[in-house]
Amino acid sequence: MNYSPQEIIETIRMVQAEHLDIRTVTMGISLLDCADADPTALCRKIYDKIMARAGRLVPVCETIEKELGIPIVHKRISVTPIALVAAGIPAAAFPRVAATLEKAAAAAGVNFIGGFSALVHKGFTVGDENLIDALPEALATTERVCASVNLATSKAGINMDAVARMGRVIKRTAELTAAAGSIGCAKLVVFCNVPEDNPFMAGAFHGVGEPETVINVGVSGPGVVLQAVQQSPEADFGQLAEIIKKTAFKVTRMGELVGRMASERLATRFGIVDLSLAPTPAVGDSIAAILEEMGIERCGAPGTTAALALLNDAVKKGGAMASSYVGGLSGAFIPVSEDAGMIAAVEAGAMSLEKLEAMTCVCSVGIDMVAVPGDTPAETLAALIADEMAIGMVNRKTTAVRVIPVVGKRAGERVEFGGLLGTAPVMAISRLDVSRFIGRGGQIPSPIASLTN
Amino acid sequence: MDQQKSLRAVITVVGVDRVGIIARITGRLADLGINILDISQTIMGDLFTMSMIVEMGGAAKPFVEARDEMVALGQEMGMEVHLQREDVFRYMHRI
Repeated sequence: MNYSPQEIIETIRMVQAEHLDIRTVTMGISLLDCADADPTALCRKIYDKIMARAGRLVPVCETIEKELGIPIVHKRISVTPIALVAAGIPAAAFPRVAATLEKAAAAAGVNFIGGFSALVHKGFTVGDENLIDALPEALATTERVCASVNLATSKAGINMDAVARMGRVIKRTAELTAAAGSIGCAKLVVFCNVPEDNPFMAGAFHGVGEPETVINVGVSGPGVVLQAVQQSPEADFGQLAEIIKKTAFKVTRMGELVGRMASERLATRFGIVDLSLAPTPAVGDSIAAILEEMGIERCGAPGTTAALALLNDAVKKGGAMASSYVGGLSGAFIPVSEDAGMIAAVEAGAMSLEKLEAMTCVCSVGIDMVAVPGDTPAETLAALIADEMAIGMVNRKTTAVRVIPVVGKRAGERVEFGGLLGTAPVMAISRLDVSRFIGRGGQIPSPIASLTN
Repeated sequence: MDQQKSLRAVITVVGVDRVGIIARITGRLADLGINILDISQTIMGDLFTMSMIVEMGGAAKPFVEARDEMVALGQEMGMEVHLQREDVFRYMHRI
């Protein structure tokens, strides 16, 4: 036999008992050729192009799932940043573009479509301003549309005008979706050094350097890594890294296989496999649980950042060997609401916003799916974003903030988003006044380390 | 249909041991035109486990239909049956 029974059983156990799955197959579609000054024509072209390219995405992925016996949890679409595609239409028509994306996503059968986005790290174009102004309404009136704004890069510095503005946009979005736990903010993420080929929501969009269409794959597998770590309670850190690397290799190979099959069947380029370890609220499918299994009583205790650094690096080393093209975010995610261990750590008082910020220095992505009290001032949200942007800028890495100021909730309460987005404990955030800092405006210059040429 | 491309799959069958498991599984495979290339079977405790490598290139039905039929047969028998493309195991366990 070409495979030992142990190998065969190991693969089946990974899927059945340890939640191994392909987290997302995301098709990127360029909409640059849809640009039109007439909103009606623009929306028609966008809808037709998405349906022509991604109409078969879901059935093709469902067949692959059955052939391989591995679930593909999400099938998604990302498009060219709408601020570019819709730059020629009036500001008032932007929500119509969001509605068109929603309609196309529903017709294609995907649960999220990303790319209601703008890149403003060095300033705003008219299209950027119109898109950002339309964000609260667009997010409140759609279910599937995800939005992202890049506010900073290591090369350009931090656009603090945009940071201040996004603080206000997040507040307004929370207010408009107050009846549903301010869920609009869960579909909006701000970035430093945003990748153009990220398959994961809410931050996915199809970058301008990308081809017409592309298939990008995000793998998952915290449960598989947890199981491997559990089996080696006496391993030292070198051995632990080795175990995680081998596991990450196996998990990533599944992403590589699925990406190749999907791109071939959809007659599309295969882009990248994103090596991120993405948790789910399911018991055992948790990043926090892996860190705790390493010997930390509760995620958030001293040692958590070092444990996460080891995990993140070992996953990359194993994953890089398994895939020909690696990209996207490629690092462990620490979203609070989507990780049962993180939720437990916050509710036990072990995990603070400040510790989360420290952890984002050594992993992807940032302050992710964090609920804060609804009365948090827009300036404080902006300052939280500015800190995260600074970490990304100086360390030449991607960082992001997806924060939800839940209207009517105070620290210590809970908010239920339901479905994919989980349950979030409302975390305490500093009440100190930072409005004079945010009020300064302008651009924080790029660091000296960016002068590499 | 005679010049079919090779399409290998791995079938695993797990469940409580009793008379006739292999007969029913292989009987259905024969009906479906699926050729068995290799079989490994063992009893762990009272658990019957079998893995097979099969050639589905000449199968009478498309992959997914044949897979659904084998999974349904497993349910009928109270056994867990998986049928997956061999690529899964090659990608995961071989460099």
